[in-house]
Amino acid sequence: MNGRSNLTPALLAAPSLVVYAGALLLPLGGVLLLSLHGFDFEKGILPGWGLENYRDLLTDSLFAESLLRTLRIALWTTAICLLVGVPEAWIIYRMAPRWRGAMLLIVVGPLLVSVVVRNFGWMVLLGTTGLVNQVLTILGVPGAPFRLMFTELAVVIGLVHVMVPLVVLSVWASLGRLDPVLERAAFSLGASRLTVFRRVVLPNVMPGIMAGALMVFCLSASAFATPAMLGGKRLKVVSSMTYNEFLNTLNWPLGAALATLLMVAILTATLIWTRFVETRAMRRLGEVAEGGKGGSRA
Amino acid sequence: MSRNGPLALAFHALFLTFILAPLLVVIGVSFTGEGYLALPLNGLSLRWWRAIGDNPRFLESFWFSLRLGVTAATLSALIAVPAALAIARWRFPGRGALVAILASPLMIPHVVLGVALLRFFSGFGLSGSFAGLVTAHVIVITPYMLRLVGAGLSGLDPRIERAAESLGASRLTVFRRVTLPLIAPGVAGGWILAFVTSFDELTVSLFLASPSANPLPVQLFNYIDQMTDPLVASVSAALILGTALVLLVLDRFYPIDRLLTGERRA
Repeated sequence: MNGRSNLTPALLAAPSLVVYAGALLLPLGGVLLLSLHGFDFEKGILPGWGLENYRDLLTDSLFAESLLRTLRIALWTTAICLLVGVPEAWIIYRMAPRWRGAMLLIVVGPLLVSVVVRNFGWMVLLGTTGLVNQVLTILGVPGAPFRLMFTELAVVIGLVHVMVPLVVLSVWASLGRLDPVLERAAFSLGASRLTVFRRVVLPNVMPGIMAGALMVFCLSASAFATPAMLGGKRLKVVSSMTYNEFLNTLNWPLGAALATLLMVAILTATLIWTRFVETRAMRRLGEVAEGGKGGSRA
Repeated sequence: MSRNGPLALAFHALFLTFILAPLLVVIGVSFTGEGYLALPLNGLSLRWWRAIGDNPRFLESFWFSLRLGVTAATLSALIAVPAALAIARWRFPGRGALVAILASPLMIPHVVLGVALLRFFSGFGLSGSFAGLVTAHVIVITPYMLRLVGAGLSGLDPRIERAAESLGASRLTVFRRVTLPLIAPGVAGGWILAFVTSFDELTVSLFLASPSANPLPVQLFNYIDQMTDPLVASVSAALILGTALVLLVLDRFYPIDRLLTGERRA
């Protein structure tokens, strides 16, 4: 709209593009190339090219196990975050304004505390003599104390703690765009609280929920710190395997292949999810156009 | 005057317990006088808080992370503000691609970013250096910066800028005297979020750190990997209390939901 010179936007975008090209695109391309090299523990990175690393990984039962564990952990984390985070955002939204700000601060504030610190808190809580087991023993739960640390359960608990504020925030943002008149109209027409939530609020905040779900899934599937700290050395996920190849085994080409597979998996999941959400939205829009319903939200 | 039923409030109480438990337990255990992580406490002691001062490595890492965060956030602002202006004020071919590229670090797993930069920087001897970490952090935090600066710009009426131009102001003057002051809150919010993100960043830093360039999260992670004594608790508690203080001050000027989503509170 301000087209006096076509060069101005290019000049404005140039510094960021130069930094991104040099410190993001080139290095990512480098990983892809590195993953095509062979490796020998005596000679190091071999000069030849080939897909051996990928073949080795895809036929390795240890990798299959880690990949399944990564997916399992990410899916559980996403499901729990949605189940807990969506109602929590709705509850905060319905609070009196003077409570809202304070509650949001408590719920979302931990996002600004380092993940290492938060995981350490769970290490203290979930140990065999930790607070959770002490409470369970006092309550007389049969089988207590349990072995909680270094289990997938511990990893999921830790990840939910890290991710659930993101869901609350994402839903909160779409609740902010919700017209309160809609809710009142539904109530005045005799809808129950649950019906209002299910039929009026939920469809309107769906974009926020979908975006939050995708974010949580991608972040949990690629998380490193929480699986490493709460899952221990034996419960490997794809990112801790990659870390291991790069910093312990020093088989960089294999690590690069792992990194490439992880990134391809995440990008594929993102594409499929975005496509799914878009078709859903299109279908809803189609319904609205046909039935002439919901046109009040101009 | 809450419109929530008792069931909803019970759920909310459980949720808050879940969110706060690991943080409160760390603060609690940091006051132990024992040589191990003991709860419940038998007596309060500042033994492990004093131990922070006797352990220069955590203090050194703290100052290092502070320098790293300030440098990275400032450099990020310098490249993100012009880019956000180009995106908000001009329609040009490749604009959509530019937006996608600049936001892409959000979608790239940090482990992948870490190995990519380790491999790339080791070719230039930048791995394990301050400059290498700064570059990596700029990539990680710039998407956040862009989001907040972009939100600030989209709330700005372009007619104000055009009015200034029609009164004879040069483009640079318009930017310096009109645009910049008006988007300053967005830039400040972006800077703070970028700084905090850099200060907390662990995964990418793990690949690029060295004994002479060791950010605090990396130092803490490696320390916990070796042993978990109450010193970890007192350092962590200091970080939690520090963050809480910053948050309380910040919330007066910049509500946290706006800081994290770029949108105004409902």
